[in-house]
Formats: sequence, structure tokens, C-alpha cells
Amino acid sequence: MATSVRATGGGSAPPAAQAPGSGAGPDSPGPRPSGRSGWRSTLYRLDLKAVPYVFIAPFFLTFAAFGLFPLIYTGWLSLHRVELGGSAQWKGTENYSSLATSEFFWNALANTFTIGVISTVPQLLMALGLAHLLNYKLRGRGFFRVAILAPYATSIAAATLVFAQLFNTDYGLINTVLGWAGFDPIAWESSKWPAQIAISTIVTWRWTGYNALIYLAAMQAVPQDLYEAAALDGATRWRQFLSVTIPSIRPTILFTIIVSTIGASQLFGEPMLFGGSVGISGGSGNQFQTLSLLMYEKGWVTGALGQASAIAWVMLLLLLLIGGLQTLVSRSNRNRNRNRAGRIRTKAGS
Amino acid sequence: MTRTLDTTTSTAPRTGRLRPSAGRQHHAGPLTYVLLGLAALMSLFPLYWNLVAASHSGERVVEAPAPLLPGPRLFDNLSFAWNQVDMGEALVNTTIVAGLVTLSTVLFSTLAGFAFARLPFKGRGAMLALVVATMTIPPQLSVIPLYQIITDLGWVDQLQAVVLPSLVAAFGVFFMRQFLIEALPAELVEAARIDGAHSLRIIWHVVFPVARPAMAVLGMLVFVQAWNDFFWPFIALTPDGNPTLQVALAGLGAGNHTVDQAVVLTGALISTVPLLLVFAVLGKHIVGGITAGAVKN
Repeated sequence: MATSVRATGGGSAPPAAQAPGSGAGPDSPGPRPSGRSGWRSTLYRLDLKAVPYVFIAPFFLTFAAFGLFPLIYTGWLSLHRVELGGSAQWKGTENYSSLATSEFFWNALANTFTIGVISTVPQLLMALGLAHLLNYKLRGRGFFRVAILAPYATSIAAATLVFAQLFNTDYGLINTVLGWAGFDPIAWESSKWPAQIAISTIVTWRWTGYNALIYLAAMQAVPQDLYEAAALDGATRWRQFLSVTIPSIRPTILFTIIVSTIGASQLFGEPMLFGGSVGISGGSGNQFQTLSLLMYEKGWVTGALGQASAIAWVMLLLLLLIGGLQTLVSRSNRNRNRNRAGRIRTKAGS
Repeated sequence: MTRTLDTTTSTAPRTGRLRPSAGRQHHAGPLTYVLLGLAALMSLFPLYWNLVAASHSGERVVEAPAPLLPGPRLFDNLSFAWNQVDMGEALVNTTIVAGLVTLSTVLFSTLAGFAFARLPFKGRGAMLALVVATMTIPPQLSVIPLYQIITDLGWVDQLQAVVLPSLVAAFGVFFMRQFLIEALPAELVEAARIDGAHSLRIIWHVVFPVARPAMAVLGMLVFVQAWNDFFWPFIALTPDGNPTLQVALAGLGAGNHTVDQAVVLTGALISTVPLLLVFAVLGKHIVGGITAGAVKN
């Protein structure tokens, strides 16, 4: 760590900072003043002490104003009955208990969970496979990398509007292709599971390439000699992938799981725009209404800010819960592996 | 949560750049090319079809079987979308918002990242942990009070309502800190100090030159994010007032100006093409930046 030179009270103060624009060339350090002046060393001390805080201030001020204060205020709102512009009435935990008995809430929670699973799991598995393929020596490597990243450059709105046409029940290309294969047309918007699969497809399309590149970078950091040792032990390519690659990039996999989970729990634009005129209610029968959509509906359609705030806080608590679970799982995995490694070592030693 | 994020440093590559060839010297077989070709096709087809749909009449787009080849109406649709639906104004707004957010995020992230990487101060570790922790807070938790605030200030439909909350991002601070810890030797900062340079001079003559490549990459990532941001702009701006492209598109999708699907998809095309051009030119660097930011987390 950098230990910087400090001006100590009785010791020799470092030379004072040069005033900007005092004629020194841009890259030449200024001439060192030989005299020691009190205010200059004070200034210098102040510079050392205060400047780090000045540099981090913009972030923390922005966070305080647009992150922390609203977060706490949302918590306060969630304990009240309030409409935009109206005054708040204290309700205690009533908003939360009415959520617990609201079928709309449980429906949205279940939808958020199922869409989250069917968009995250295939996405990360495909990304792993793609990264593995990109890890070979390839011609046209740059093209493949940029091509699979192109969906990431596409916005939620643009991607969803295009996919909504492709998934259209009557004239969409996807039903046309299914028709060629001899299937009946699927009602992608109005039935529950097809709609959730269609929305998950949009999410998967946008993020698979992005995650694949993250995995690829992690795979390239795996030491070559691990593979050589495995090959000497007679491990097949597939075995090497399972026993060398996957364990080596486990932290990165965990990172992508966390980020994708956070993203999936906040799903809003895709279901809303996919649903068209009934998007905010998540389809005609709320069959793909997510927690975010329900919160928006409560806050901006119904005008019940207290209830909307309660939903937002439930989302945060859910994320903390999932984060805690993931930490526990990864820790127990790590311990298991450590124990296993220990056992193998003792075997080798005996 | 933060601890799990920190464990990843063990696998961090020394540089964020993807190496041109992987550590493994296996050559790809034909099957690899077939599968990667399929993946590329799946990735690019919806974008291609967006172009196809934008070049037909609205009647043709909603007629089965859907068109697969470009048609004659691209320029008619473009001029309609540009003039009747105000996609032009939305493009200008988006450029302003994404530009301002990018400039301020890169500047403030570099300053904060430098402080966290190379300046000792009380509470540094705890504050860095706090920065990382804020990344996990969903935007849903702040939009209700924020909406009340901008309503009180009369900022609904004003661009500052979407610029101000995004002036600096936790991800950017962390990204720059990770880069500077590796790229900026402590000795360099100390040497400048001993030469009597004050902090602003050090920033200008030492930190910025070293951080320039990471600043460029962060700038690209932030620009893409700001350009495509949806949730808060959708709440703070209205499609008929002063929208960004994404908000204007949401209005189009809801049938605000037109139910002509060809025009709607032309709007989608207008919002996507500028970023695709950026990717086509700078794709390599963006790929490097994404992997640097993520693997080093």
C-alpha cells in the first residue's frame, strides 16, 4: 500500500505544493522552494488529509441523494397510506400484511421467480458452452465475439418490440417456422407458459453473449499446466472441462449468477412491452406480471404509493435472502471441496 | 454478498484484455465452427429482421408468412418515424443524456477509483465495501421518492431528471479502482509528491495518463448503459413530452402515434443502429472492457 510522505509536526515538512500556472512546464516538476513557510505546509497537510474525501465525495453525495435517502424514504412510505401529492397516514405494517393476502402479489412473485429461472439457467449454461467453444484456436475469432455481443448493444425496448413481432400468434415468424415443422400455432401472448418462455427468450438473447465473454476471460486465466496434468492423467476433453475448467472459474460463475439474479428480479421493460396494451398488468390474466410491473401498477396506475413502496422493500428483502442463500451454498461447496482435496492428499501421503 | 464478489480476485487475469489466442492450443474442429456459426446467426437474425420489417409497409409486416428479404419502403418509414413520431428529437435527447452521464461518470469514477486505489484515508475499506454493496440495490427502491421529488421540482419531462441520478456509478468507481491498483505504481504517486506536486497536479499529470485506456473502456460501457436505460427514464419522461429513444419506443409500442408495425420497428432500428455502429468500430475494446470489469470483480 502506498504510504505517502506525511508532514510531521516537528519534522521537516515536505516541500510545498507548487501553485498551478506558476510557469513550470507541464511535465517538469516545479523548482523546490528552499524556505519553509507555515501556511504552505498546512496547505500540504490539508491536501493529503482532505483530498481523498473530496475525490470520493461525488459518488457518496450522489448515492446519498438518489440512492440512500429514497431507499429509507421508500421504507417510511411503505408504512403509510399515501397518494402522490397527498398527505401520509400512518398504517404500520398494514401494507405488508395486505400484500401477504393479495393473490396479485403472490402471482407476481411466482412469475418473477419462474421467468427468472427459465431465463437465467439456460442463458448461463449456453454462455458456458459458447465460452468453451470460443476458447479453441479459431479463425474469425473477432467476428464471433462481436456477433454474440451485438444483442447486448440492443436496448430492452428495441429487442422486445422486434421479438413481439416474431412471436406474434397470427403472423409471427416463429409460429410460421413451427408450422413448417408440422406444429400448431402457439398462442405466445395469451397463454401463461408460452408468454413466460417468450419473455425469457428476449432476456436470454440479450445476455448470453455478454456472459459468454465473461466466462471466456476467466477460462483464459486458467493455468495451462492444469490441463497438461489432467491430460497426462488420461482425462478426456470433456473430463478436463468438468474437472479443471469449471472449478477454476467457479468464482466467475458465482458472480454471473448473482448479477443475473439481480437482473431477473427487476424484470420490467420486457414483459411490459411484450404485453402491448395490457403490458402493465402483465397480460390479460396477469400471466406474466412481475413484481416490478405490479409495483409500477400500484404506484402509477392505482396511485397507492404506500403499497408500491412495500412491494419495493419486499424486493430488496428477497434479494438479500437470495444473496444469503447463495453465499451459504458457495461456502458449503468450497468446504466440501477442501475436505475432498484434503482426503485425497492424505491418501497420497499414506 | 460483497464477500462473495471479492473472492473472484483469485482468478483475475493480469490484464483485462482477452488474449488473441487462448491458453489452450487445441484447434477448433468443424463442429465448433458450426455451433459458433449458429450462435452468431441467432444473435444477428433478430437485428437483420428488424431491418427487413422496417423496409416494408405496415400491412406487409403483419401478413403471414412474415417477410424475410428487405423491401422498398425503408426510406419512407424512416422519414415518417423521423418527422411524425419525433424519433429525431428523441435521438438528440438520448445523445445529450448518454453523453453527459458518460463524461461525469468517467471523471468522478476515476477520481474516486484513484482515491480508493492509492490514497490512504480513514475508513477506506469500509467505504469501498459500501460502494460494492450499493451495486445490488434495485432501482425500484428509489423511484417512488425520486418521482415525488421531480414532481415537486417541476422536472417531470426534463432531461436533468434522468441525468442527475446517474452522475456517477458504483460499478465505475470499482472498475477504475481495480484498474489503477494494477496499473498505477505507488512509487509514481510518491515520486510526484516528493517533487512537491499537489493532488490536482498528480491527477492531471500522473493519474489521467495512466488511466486513459480504462477511462475509454468505462466510457463505452457507461454510454451503452445510459443509451439503453429504460426503467427510470420511462417513469420520469413521457413519450409525448421530452423522451429519450427508449421512452419514445415504449410509446410507439403502446400505439401512441401509430399502430403501423413497420413504423414501430423503424423506431427500434433508429434506436439500435447508432450503438451497433459504435460496436462495429470499437467492438474489440468493448469486449475487452466487459471482461475486465467482470472477471476482476
